[in-house]
Amino acid sequence: MIRFLGLRAVEILVVLVIMSFVIYALIGLMPGDPIDLMITANPKLTAADIVRLKAVYGIDQPLMGRYLAWLRNILQGDLGFSRLYSQPSVTILLPRLGNSALLMGTSFVLALAIGLPAGIAAARRPHSLLDHAINFACFAGISVPSFWLALMLILVFAVALGWLPAGGLATIGDGGFVDRIQHLVLPVATLTLASIGGYTRFMRSAMAEALRQDFIRTARAKGAGERRVVLHHALRNAMIPVVTIVALSFGTLFSGALITETMFAYPGMGKLIFDSVMGNDYNLALAGLLFATLVTLLANLAADVAYAWLDPRITYR
Amino acid sequence: MTIRRSGRARLVVLLIRHSLSLAVTCLVALAPAAAADALRIGLTQYPPTLNPSIDAAVAKTYVLAMTRRPFTVYDADWKLVCMLCTELPSIENRLAVPFDKPDGTRGVRLTYTIQPGATWGDGVPLTTEDVEFTWEVGRNPQSGVASAELYRRITGIEIKDAKTFTMIFDKLTFDYGAINDFEVLPAHLERAAFSDPAQYRIRTRYDTDPTNPGLYFGPYRISEVANGSFIVLTANPSWWGRKPAFPRIEIYAIENTAALEANLLSGGLDMVAGELGLSLDQAIAFEKRHGDRFAIVTKPGLSYEHVDLNFDNPILADVRVRQALLTGIDRTAISRQLFDGRQLVADGFVSPLDRVFAKDIRHYDYDPMKARALLDDAGWRVGVGGMRSDATGTRLALDFATTAGNRTRELVQQVLQAQWRQLGIDVRIRNEPARILFGQSLARRRFTMAMFAWVTSPENVPRSMLHSSEIPREANGWGGENFPGFRNPEADALIDKIEVELDESRRAAIWQRLQEIYAEQLPELPLYYRSDSFVLPKWLKGVRPTGHQYPTGLWVEDWRRGDAAAAAR
Repeated sequence: MIRFLGLRAVEILVVLVIMSFVIYALIGLMPGDPIDLMITANPKLTAADIVRLKAVYGIDQPLMGRYLAWLRNILQGDLGFSRLYSQPSVTILLPRLGNSALLMGTSFVLALAIGLPAGIAAARRPHSLLDHAINFACFAGISVPSFWLALMLILVFAVALGWLPAGGLATIGDGGFVDRIQHLVLPVATLTLASIGGYTRFMRSAMAEALRQDFIRTARAKGAGERRVVLHHALRNAMIPVVTIVALSFGTLFSGALITETMFAYPGMGKLIFDSVMGNDYNLALAGLLFATLVTLLANLAADVAYAWLDPRITYR
Repeated sequence: MTIRRSGRARLVVLLIRHSLSLAVTCLVALAPAAAADALRIGLTQYPPTLNPSIDAAVAKTYVLAMTRRPFTVYDADWKLVCMLCTELPSIENRLAVPFDKPDGTRGVRLTYTIQPGATWGDGVPLTTEDVEFTWEVGRNPQSGVASAELYRRITGIEIKDAKTFTMIFDKLTFDYGAINDFEVLPAHLERAAFSDPAQYRIRTRYDTDPTNPGLYFGPYRISEVANGSFIVLTANPSWWGRKPAFPRIEIYAIENTAALEANLLSGGLDMVAGELGLSLDQAIAFEKRHGDRFAIVTKPGLSYEHVDLNFDNPILADVRVRQALLTGIDRTAISRQLFDGRQLVADGFVSPLDRVFAKDIRHYDYDPMKARALLDDAGWRVGVGGMRSDATGTRLALDFATTAGNRTRELVQQVLQAQWRQLGIDVRIRNEPARILFGQSLARRRFTMAMFAWVTSPENVPRSMLHSSEIPREANGWGGENFPGFRNPEADALIDKIEVELDESRRAAIWQRLQEIYAEQLPELPLYYRSDSFVLPKWLKGVRPTGHQYPTGLWVEDWRRGDAAAAAR
């Protein structure tokens, strides 16, 4: 197992280096650089200003040279300076990571807490009224666009009823626990409702498949109770494909949810990464995207380890 | 067994229902009351930096307008006024003294006196030392100051005393008194950050310590910053002018306009700034639905929507085609149908509200017959399917780009495309994200027709847009905004003359001729002058939209509560 983990750690490192170059090159290949964008906001910039600013920002250097300089800084623990926010990238990233982890983590836990039991319940009584109702709710959740759902929730709970704030992270001058919770309710509800359907459907299909297996029939024939059959025998097997999906979803916890964050003016990683890519903010975009990549890779590693725990037939050498 | 499970399930459902109900009740009960003494403003952007000299973003200009004051500025009546200075220099009051230079051109010495009460928020007086330091930063090529032209034109500063100084300019222009973009910096705080000029844009205290009161000298100072989310301003006790009515102003960045509207309706925001808020069509729709609660104030401005035409395209190089394109579109109907008639149709690059606007220039009323005749005359004959082609069989086809995702522009673009199609012109829409359109296609002149807006100031000389030296090319680092590639020696000469002609009537004649050339040659298709839309609470009085790039916040101390509640307070 230790050898396996060591090899995977090396793989992760190699993937990160390759990804850093690919991301840097792709942003570099996008038309327009930060100074080109500055020109559009300031018609008074002269040709001399443009040449001078490109030199100040180092944009006049070849792409490869800029990438190597960035890599050197990263190895020294310097994530660079964000051009869009005029702050060190790490100063911008850390609070956003926390915000995204809170938003996405809460909705992730809620979606699993509701979706997995719902999937199990539906699988236990296929084609029953309960199964149809759960399926209907799942498809509704999957089909509704999150921006529309977010807008409806804002209109009902913030505008019409006035119960909850329409957006933001916290009330200025407050920021207490209750205030933070109030600001979280609607974005969490949007994300949870949008993702429950997928987990429920995965769980239902994996559980239905597991319940059809011979060992389940054997367990029942041996007199095992329904609860034991479902939770001990079937669930453990059904969890293997579900764990893969959950692990992949885990990576998004730190990469944020662009649409939900935009609709609720929630300062998270999704909006930050999008803005930094569109604004040609290399340092910030790279730090954000590489962190999301790292979390996804680590989550997949955790999933591989979980397979061995769930299914003793799986071993790693 | 079944009965017991059902009973337990009911109990669980009951518990969940009560818990949810309790949670909602608690959340609602504990909801904080909105701060009654704060004015909450929504913007669609967050400032990339708070340093007044680095970068140029509307959001930054808006926020800083309430915390600082320029020496001079155009007011809401488009007149040049002093804000940080006590008197505008003029040749008549002898504060402006022209002088001859060895090369035969003329320079000017301008004397300004800083407002006697002007003090930084930490109590340090604002003096000529700050002026000198600002010039030092502005002219340093490594400092990262965006637009350094003004600082380059200043060849020297002579200090008279702590409050009075004389600037020596290398060129005497008609707007010599205007130093609107001279953004004074606090020497006592920023000098340390400027010790290494190349690091200044990273070390400036406006970004590393933005709540330091010593960085501001306006009616407000920045007291709280949440990057990307909001900025809180509190009244500045050391402000020398009229005391502002609101102890606090909270400025929120909410990019999505639907969310912006929802925040207005839910009470999360009091107003949306016209400088960076709802587009006119959104504001009109909002007014129809919620006009009883909010006042929608629109003001035609100096920024004008137009279609740039690339003269390198052989079709567009023919002036008859350009004139046909403009004659073949009904701009009045577009303004009436889409903007409730609140956007003035443009006949040129000068707004009818500008004092140098020329009335008797060529106008292009909607006349499809005339447009067809012009195209026929240019050799584009109607062929199969009603589309036009020339004698060689080349189709009259043009690509038309604008900023993808800008709903208003896309709507206008579709109307234009339909009207041109009726003339037999095959117009193909090729929209691009703003960063590609502005950063690449326009800047590198890789476009055929492109619709966007110019933001200008009163009596703005169109050098960067129309002078042939401002055509972007590799040799000048792709600088300049003459994207069409318009070359007209007479226009070049007129632009050079306007800048240095001090006599107002002679200058008016030059402006007249320049507008005539524009109207004849049509380097662009002028569409209409954009109106900014301010969504204001009905109780808020004193907000006067300017219509130019200097924001309303420069007069924030005039903003007042004007309702019965205010009287009670």
